[in-house]
Amino acid sequence: MPYTFNTPEDQHAMLDAIGAASIDDLFAPIPDSLRLERPLDIPAAMGELELTQHMQALAAKNEHAGQKTCFLGGGSYDHFVPAVVDAIASRGEFYTSYTPYQPEVSQGNLQVTFEYQTLICQLTGMDVSNASLYDGGSAAVEAVLLCMSVTKRSKVVTTASVHPEYRQIIETYFTHLDAELITVGSPAGIVSIEELEEAVDDDTACVLLQQPNFFGCVEDAERISGIAHEHGALFVVSCDPISLGQLKRPGDLGADVVVAEGQSLGSPMQFGGPYLGIMACREKFVRRMPGRIAGQTTDRRGKRCWVLTLQTREQHIRREKATSNICTNQGLFALRAAIYLSALGPQGLREASELCLQKSRYAIEQLVADERFELAFQQPTFKEFVIRDTKGKVADVLAECSESGILAGIPLSTWYPNLSDCFLVAVTEKRTKHEIDQLADSLTRASVDDSVVSV
Amino acid sequence: MRNTLATQPIFELSKPGRRAARFPKSDVPVRPIEDLLPERCRATTPPPLPEVTEPDVVRHFTNLSTLNMSVDTHFYPLGSCTMKHNPKRNERLANLPGIADLHPYQPDDTVQGLLQLLHELQGMFAEISGLPAVSLQPAAGAHGELTALMVAAAYFDDLGEKRTKVLTPDSAHGTNPASARMAGFDAVTIKSDSRGLVDLEDLRSKLDDQVGVFMITNPSTLGIFDDQVADIADLVHKEGGLIYLDGANMNAILGIARPGDFGADMMHYNPHKTFSGPHGGGGPGAGPICVTEKLGPYLPAPVVCQHDGRFALDYDRAKSIGRVRAFFGNVGVLVRAYCYILTHGADGLRRASENAVLNANYLLSRVKHILPVPHGDRCMHEFVATAGELKKTKGISAMDIAKRLLDFGYHAPTVYFPLTVAESMMIEPTESESKETLDAFAAALFRITDEATELLHDAPHTTAISRPDEVQAARKPVLKWTSA
Ligand SMILES: Cc1ncc(COP(=O)(O)O)c(C=O)c1O
Repeated sequence: MPYTFNTPEDQHAMLDAIGAASIDDLFAPIPDSLRLERPLDIPAAMGELELTQHMQALAAKNEHAGQKTCFLGGGSYDHFVPAVVDAIASRGEFYTSYTPYQPEVSQGNLQVTFEYQTLICQLTGMDVSNASLYDGGSAAVEAVLLCMSVTKRSKVVTTASVHPEYRQIIETYFTHLDAELITVGSPAGIVSIEELEEAVDDDTACVLLQQPNFFGCVEDAERISGIAHEHGALFVVSCDPISLGQLKRPGDLGADVVVAEGQSLGSPMQFGGPYLGIMACREKFVRRMPGRIAGQTTDRRGKRCWVLTLQTREQHIRREKATSNICTNQGLFALRAAIYLSALGPQGLREASELCLQKSRYAIEQLVADERFELAFQQPTFKEFVIRDTKGKVADVLAECSESGILAGIPLSTWYPNLSDCFLVAVTEKRTKHEIDQLADSLTRASVDDSVVSV
Repeated sequence: MRNTLATQPIFELSKPGRRAARFPKSDVPVRPIEDLLPERCRATTPPPLPEVTEPDVVRHFTNLSTLNMSVDTHFYPLGSCTMKHNPKRNERLANLPGIADLHPYQPDDTVQGLLQLLHELQGMFAEISGLPAVSLQPAAGAHGELTALMVAAAYFDDLGEKRTKVLTPDSAHGTNPASARMAGFDAVTIKSDSRGLVDLEDLRSKLDDQVGVFMITNPSTLGIFDDQVADIADLVHKEGGLIYLDGANMNAILGIARPGDFGADMMHYNPHKTFSGPHGGGGPGAGPICVTEKLGPYLPAPVVCQHDGRFALDYDRAKSIGRVRAFFGNVGVLVRAYCYILTHGADGLRRASENAVLNANYLLSRVKHILPVPHGDRCMHEFVATAGELKKTKGISAMDIAKRLLDFGYHAPTVYFPLTVAESMMIEPTESESKETLDAFAAALFRITDEATELLHDAPHTTAISRPDEVQAARKPVLKWTSA
């Protein structure tokens, strides 16, 4: 019990003051029949040293990105995190505080949130950002719910090249709502414009696009924006924040709502979370936006300061009429993103994103040098791309690479039965030429081994 | 001594040409960007982010941090939020590279240690709740509520029943009715009786075969254990409905009573409250849910399973509602919860709850003569006092007291929630505070309630800012920085 203070003497004194005979007395309101009459069946308590050793032993059974070269992406990336992010985010004044309900003693968090919102607007080209949502996937579903509420329409059109798990989340949320999700195919790695034109009509609340898309390909966002807007539908873009060092900002391409997974902005991969759900939109939708928002005001002495604002959108005020049920958000990861973006600045972001672009292009060239492997989609890509194994033995190839210390890619069969001979490869600025060459070598080796076996 | 230059918005510190991060030259052959990206999607300039140095970044954010109260620095009795100590060991252990640097799509055989941890944690959550089936996927308490309500809806679908209503007590947290609506139900409010418990008459009158779920917070947001809970569960079950337990207040009953034993069919935990996950200035949290055996098949996929000593993610769940978030869940928060549970063991968890309840009752006994507690002399882990009398006699509101507490170096309690008590102050000391701290806090309250009303209206006096103009903030929203 390392975190409690009360000595037996304290407990006696406190019970006396309360007028209770024993601690058990305090639990009298819980009827005996509802009590647990035995100790919980969980492992015995561990001291810090034992716990540390136990955790180290568990951690040692995992192979992390410092041990295996990581070419995995699909919404979570092994980007470089500058030390300054960890140093600041590990300050107790930040990570052990809670939602700034008392602005006078939360100006640190409030100003960080305000700066984060500004940075997200600068990054995406949008008017307003909220303080964060859970992750990229829940941000995507909140975005389409926002569009449905704004347009009073119930049909959402998306594409097969949007993250399949994000689409699954939307399907789950839609099950018991009056809403329909239509998924347009992306046979050439980007959405089929003809099919999209057919799918979008005057009942469409929004078109949800991912840019660059799940396959790493760059979509013709401006054209798609036009198709949506022609029908009075809104245009939602789920983007990779790092790509915005090279690609046009969604706000400059007609997006009405922008969402993103913010993990790339200075957060570790942590097996999928906690991450950062980014959401920004046009000014006119701000009162429909889910989640907390910080705003600037002045105090009684006229001093500039910050508060949580527009709270009448939120569950603690509006209850069932709120724009969302979200309460706890991802504040600490918004802080990390704010530090990361400030540290990189425009030039740093441009450099990081150009390295992703150049290195992934180099990787494509190296990988397809072996005839067995080809680039599945002839489209411009940013930092990810899809490789087809013409022999169709993706699982074997990836397993062999893993054996030789490389996490080479994500098999697409999980989500795309027609792409069962394909895998998705991500190349961040962290990957060196040497590592990329090793990836190419080990794929070639896997392919040679395979031909030996099959003889 | 405040460094007001450093705490200007970071955009005001920007100067072209300054920078904190520099990336290496490309070690692969560099191609012209024009060859790699078509013009239609290429940005001509990078986003207009601020240009600052590393010392700027460090000094700016470090100075900002000192403008916050936090659990590391202050007593933070924010009711319903369980602001307990955030153990440093948990931070270090969750950041071990073998945990923090794992990609969510790594093959199962490269993450056996983590899957083992998550599998054990599923078991611990099941044991503590008395509900055997667990999903670790939801990202926060509210997300857990929504997920469980979708599980309930899928279950009723399977039975061929169309149930349209979710009942929530008037003392419930706002997330409860908001989650009900997002899951496609109508939220119906049930009154509280004079004791602050669920009004059984009102419940009976609103209970019918259209009711899918009754959401109960027990101990309630008033800090009272509703001893009618088993009867309520019987009533609801007889009508074919389910009981959801909002587990935000589990810190009161760990190892003492289990929701599954007192009638709940589903619940969420807030590991960022009960199991010491740091609140991060707003998040992250996690919202693992536990449900009965019969509801287990509907939980989101994947769950962690074990076969012949190997751990794997099981996606093959025919009745599952599907996914509620990408990847696995807020693993970093879950790892901290695991560390917390292992640090305590069965006896330690129980004693944490006992001391949380002891501390709350002690503080209640110290302050009730100046801040009456309408729902009795005893409480569980928190209590709700009212400044209603003070407001009438002296014109002092709960807000005034909250603001003045800041001057004394205490974070304020939760005020104006629950909505069922006028001028409410919801005080939750947690087990990780000493009698000395509680005495000093009580003494501050005594002093404050004796102070001149004017002084309180103008409080706080010693903080970085005085009371902000929230009306102006909402009327003319300024939600981002723009150059003057
Ligand atoms: C009683 C109660 N229910 C539900 C919630 C929602 O939990 P979360 O903030 O983790 O989404 C809270 C948290 O503030 C709460 O206090």
